[in-house]
Amino acid sequence: MIKIVKYVMADILRNKIIIAYTIFLLVIGMSVFNLEDNTTKGLLSLLNIVLIVVPLVCIIFSTIYVYNSAEFVELLVSQPLQRKHIWLSLFCGIALALVLAFFIGIGLPVLLYSFSATGIILVAVGLMLTVIFVAIAMLAAVKTRDKAKGIGIAVLLWLYFSLLFDGLVLFILFQFADYPLENFMLFLSTLNPVDIGRIFILLKMDVSALMGYTGAIFQNFFGTLPGMITATIVMLLWMVLPLYFSLRIFNRKDL
Amino acid sequence: MIIATNVTKKFGRLTVLNNVSVNCNKGECIALIGPNGSGKTTLVKSILGMVVPDSGFITYNGQNILCNWNYREHIGYMPQIGRYPENMTIGHVIAMMKDIRKSNHNGPLDEELIEQFDISNMFNKRMRTLSGGTTQRVSAALAFLFNPDVLILDEPTAGLDPVASELLKEKIIKEKQKGKLILITSHILSELDDLVTQVIYMQDGNLLFHKSLEHLQNDTGEKKLSRVIASVMRNQS
Repeated sequence: MIKIVKYVMADILRNKIIIAYTIFLLVIGMSVFNLEDNTTKGLLSLLNIVLIVVPLVCIIFSTIYVYNSAEFVELLVSQPLQRKHIWLSLFCGIALALVLAFFIGIGLPVLLYSFSATGIILVAVGLMLTVIFVAIAMLAAVKTRDKAKGIGIAVLLWLYFSLLFDGLVLFILFQFADYPLENFMLFLSTLNPVDIGRIFILLKMDVSALMGYTGAIFQNFFGTLPGMITATIVMLLWMVLPLYFSLRIFNRKDL
Repeated sequence: MIIATNVTKKFGRLTVLNNVSVNCNKGECIALIGPNGSGKTTLVKSILGMVVPDSGFITYNGQNILCNWNYREHIGYMPQIGRYPENMTIGHVIAMMKDIRKSNHNGPLDEELIEQFDISNMFNKRMRTLSGGTTQRVSAALAFLFNPDVLILDEPTAGLDPVASELLKEKIIKEKQKGKLILITSHILSELDDLVTQVIYMQDGNLLFHKSLEHLQNDTGEKKLSRVIASVMRNQS
């Protein structure tokens, strides 16, 4: 299995897109901290990059890469290799390459300029989102045979997690404003890894007061150790579940 | 050696394989014949585990191939249309295959076809720049490379020039004499004449018959495989 990961990694790292992505992140990471004196402000700017750009790049790059390696997968499936290993190797290769890109692009500047709990959490959330969106992309790509459709689904999923979901939550909040929704909000936020990431970081930045009563509830839950652990488990589930379902489909797929 | 029992496969509403049962033994050279779309490639792919049958099962040396992958180290497969990672060179692909199968292959490699097909001179060419025929040569070389006990060749000579297809034919005869099981699908019946010992005829996903060539020759009174098949088809309609 490690052999296949090696081949996938070697292929991705030769890819110009992933190098451009790393440089893009590095330029933003460096310039944000050099423009602002206040590192917290810098982190806040980076937050938006982490929550919007990273999922977008990860999901689209991974989907296209999975489609483009159809030949590679086909070649390997007729060899004495387990299907599970082929698919997991593909996942590990893509995820490792993107994690590396994120770590060099955002991780290094943050650790250099703002080595604090908030900074570390920002990097950790970014790394987790990277892996989560690679897993979601694998599921989108294995489900549809048609490349254009698969990439379309990937874009829609990103749109859903980044924009539509928040719209839906606001809609529910306004419609049911008369009822106590705080605990329900807590549950809703676990349905979107981007939201969990955002809450995580905002709470660490101590701006939760801006979020009113719901912010206090979040602080009460996510601020405690059990809350942190629950949130981390939910994030891990977001990595494992899409990957597990994609693996199940791939195991029965005709090539 | 390879036994398929009641294998059925549907793609949507289309039944590609309908209750197909075959028994292939060591030392046989079997021709899989049938019109386009009769399910030959699907049958071959289900033996390789690339297509998962809806019902029925396939065993290799008594072991069910579902959830089993080790049996594939005994199989050399030459696909009808070889598809390879486009930005790898021929050398990389061959090196990768050797690397992947290194752990469970410890006999000598059979590089005869690589030499005969002059592939070593093209090691630096990228796969996407290759012509159809050159890709076929690479596929053939890879199928024979690990000295497998079973060779599955899907339309091996399609796209090869006469010299190359003659070389490949000689190679197949040579391997057959070593007592390997060889499965060939082809439409060019005249090429199969000096190769095959058994014939499997498929139509619309059904296996119509599986007989030895001698048997068929006696039945029809014809010598040439093409005429044998023509006569069988005439009798059926």
